[in-house]
Amino acid sequence: MKILADVLSATVVFAVPLLLVALGGMFSERSGIINIALEGIMIIGALCSCLVLKALDVSGFGPEHPYLGMSAAIFAAAVSGAVFSLLLAFASINLKADQTIGGTALNTLAPAFAIVLTWAIQGQGQTTILIPTWIRIGSAAADAGFLQRFVFKNLYLTTPLAIIILIASIIVLYKTRFGLRLRACGEHPSAADSVGINVYSMRYAGVVISGILGGIGGLSFTVAAGSGFQSDVAGYGFLALAVMIFGNWKPLNILGAALFFALFKVIGSYAGSIPFLPSFENVKSATYIYQMLPYIVTMIVLIFTSQKSRAPKAEGIPYDKGSR
Amino acid sequence: MDYVIEMLNITKEFPGIKANDNITLQLKKGEVHALLGENGAGKSTLMSVLFGLYQPEEGTIKKNGQVVSIKNPNDANALNIGMVHQHFKLVEVFSVLDNIFLGVEPNKLGFLQKREARKKVVELSEKYGLHVDPDAIIEDISVGMQQRVEILKMLYRENEILIFDEPTAVLTPQEIQELMAIMRAFTEEGKSILFITHKLSEIMAVADRCTVLRKGKCIGTVDVKNTTKEELSRMMVGRDVSFSVEKSPVKCGDTVLEVKNVTVASKLHKNNAVRNVSFNVRAGEIVCLAGIEGNGQTEFAYALTGLEPQSEGSFTLCGQDISNATIRERSKLGMSHIPEDRHKHGLVLDYSLAENMVLQRYWQPEFQHNGFIKKDAVRAYSDSLIQQYDVRSGQGSDTIVRSMSGGNQQKAIVAREIDKQPELLVAIQPTRGLDVGAIEYIHKQLVAQRDAGKAVLLISLELDEVMDVSDRILVMYEGEIVGEFESGAVTVDELGLYMAGAKRQKVGEVVE
Repeated sequence: MKILADVLSATVVFAVPLLLVALGGMFSERSGIINIALEGIMIIGALCSCLVLKALDVSGFGPEHPYLGMSAAIFAAAVSGAVFSLLLAFASINLKADQTIGGTALNTLAPAFAIVLTWAIQGQGQTTILIPTWIRIGSAAADAGFLQRFVFKNLYLTTPLAIIILIASIIVLYKTRFGLRLRACGEHPSAADSVGINVYSMRYAGVVISGILGGIGGLSFTVAAGSGFQSDVAGYGFLALAVMIFGNWKPLNILGAALFFALFKVIGSYAGSIPFLPSFENVKSATYIYQMLPYIVTMIVLIFTSQKSRAPKAEGIPYDKGSR
Repeated sequence: MDYVIEMLNITKEFPGIKANDNITLQLKKGEVHALLGENGAGKSTLMSVLFGLYQPEEGTIKKNGQVVSIKNPNDANALNIGMVHQHFKLVEVFSVLDNIFLGVEPNKLGFLQKREARKKVVELSEKYGLHVDPDAIIEDISVGMQQRVEILKMLYRENEILIFDEPTAVLTPQEIQELMAIMRAFTEEGKSILFITHKLSEIMAVADRCTVLRKGKCIGTVDVKNTTKEELSRMMVGRDVSFSVEKSPVKCGDTVLEVKNVTVASKLHKNNAVRNVSFNVRAGEIVCLAGIEGNGQTEFAYALTGLEPQSEGSFTLCGQDISNATIRERSKLGMSHIPEDRHKHGLVLDYSLAENMVLQRYWQPEFQHNGFIKKDAVRAYSDSLIQQYDVRSGQGSDTIVRSMSGGNQQKAIVAREIDKQPELLVAIQPTRGLDVGAIEYIHKQLVAQRDAGKAVLLISLELDEVMDVSDRILVMYEGEIVGEFESGAVTVDELGLYMAGAKRQKVGEVVE
């Protein structure tokens, strides 16, 4: 039971970044912009928020007010992600650049930028920004019950925030004027234009929302993954893209997909302590077999679902008002 | 005289062409004003200027005598100008209701108030007899229904000036009648209508006045009751045009193409797009497959020409089974194909005209040696086709095809396909988007092939073309052949009923 509680708890904590980032990607793509830069946005969000956490830790404010400290970090992640995503928005909306190439460029830029900044602040060779421990909410005692262990083993402020963002996403996308217009821009921008909707500003909004959620996602990945930020989010931005496609660009399906992938990720890390899994003892690098799981499953699932999935029709195509 | 809208001396230039050159158009309150012209005459551009999609270089627009500036569709909407676009501006995955109120959503603090909107839409559709289910998804409803949604969009916005951009192109004859009745109902309420078309009979039937454009210039405005079809067409084209196609009586030979129980799966939905279709085409006749767009003609043509496999059934060409033959094998056995989408399947747009002329033949010894293309031979061949078929382009064989006009691109395809000396010519909507002169030319070529003893299968959405050119007409509805007629044994209205699925023949029955 202890292991089950641990596995479920870890699943939730890893699902949170996937959920947030995939929801971000959804907003961008629903507006018509392919956001392949999610990986880079996550890195920038994680970098800036970890620097904020470090500063608060050093100043002593963080340990005294952990909730305020974590909120400040989340805010920093959101703002930095949004600013970074503006680069993509400007390139793909104003300059009508190829969105895949623009996104790839940002993905290449982000980790390099992060390393440079980390070294500049911490001194050469110190590639990790350590995360303080006070950001964790509560803790589970060794003899805690199932429920307590499940909820409190890995609880950060980002988890309840993700639930709120999920619910808000559903409402915004389907119940508001903004959501209706955003979806129209991703499906048929010239139809939206013909009824007086400003396609460019809707697309900016979509990309910036993806930047905000991507940045927070970067922070929540870093707190889930270990004790520090190493200028890397382990391909979670791309995994989030897969989650978004598997979730068919719909918030609830994305939640399901995020939990599914997170579960495999956690099985990968906990494989040694789960009794009924084969251990492949005669294989030299046996532990890697399970660590490959989420990525292999991603590929298999995408093979089967991509046929049926239905992307926003106009995504990836720059909108040109004058074209005939 | 009271004009509700005046467009005075409008000039709009695109790179390289003057789409509108000093055009003046005046619309009276409560009239149907037709705007007539060939493709590329500048009708749609002029209307886009009025709707705020383009800004003119020169000229002014007045509403009720006041000069107004229309910078975007919102401005047009504020002046109560609405437009049904030629290519509908509907979001396919949205419901009818969402599409109607998109842009003018009733909301409280940004939250949609759908109930109010639905009530208004239902009231409007009942008032004008525009019945449509507000919760249906656009992609599931017919083109005629989609047009109703576009009209409801204008009514929902309480527009007084309604622009219809070629609204009848996609409709059956019955739907056209209904649309005209609706247009008349609007004018009786004092709404004013601008009606863009290149079909003369519709103008005679519904319009009060007509302004004719040719090559971006305004030729004149006439009262419809004081004019004739012949005069309008002379104004439109600039010369006399023969409306009928001259043909000798049909002399049928052997069966060239035999289609047996062909079924093709659909890519869009779970049902089959083509269902158990069988017919023959004989040498020396033009058989026409008629029907409204989206009833399986495209899928059938793909299967016949080898672009997509059929799921059941067989094709036999000149006695040889070609059901599973490759496209090149079909071509070698004598099938020529004028494709529906000339940009997608007919031409490599960024190749030169000469290269496009040998697309199916570059591998023949005539044009290559050990894998190297004989440039001189290709060029000589291309030059001879260009001359023979009067294909006009900027730099002859060297012209990049993308830069050519649609009519000349189509002529190039026709030249290539006919020069192959085919046994069977499959022509799919060969006149789509062409002007009257080019249409005349293509029709003559089809008839010439038939007179030379070739079999011609024409797939067309244009009823006039079906009636004029074909010797035998097959009507396709929802993937099935629902009627077969000898040419002249059926009226346009009758054909329309079959095309809309309102009537169907029993198996084996042929009206002669």
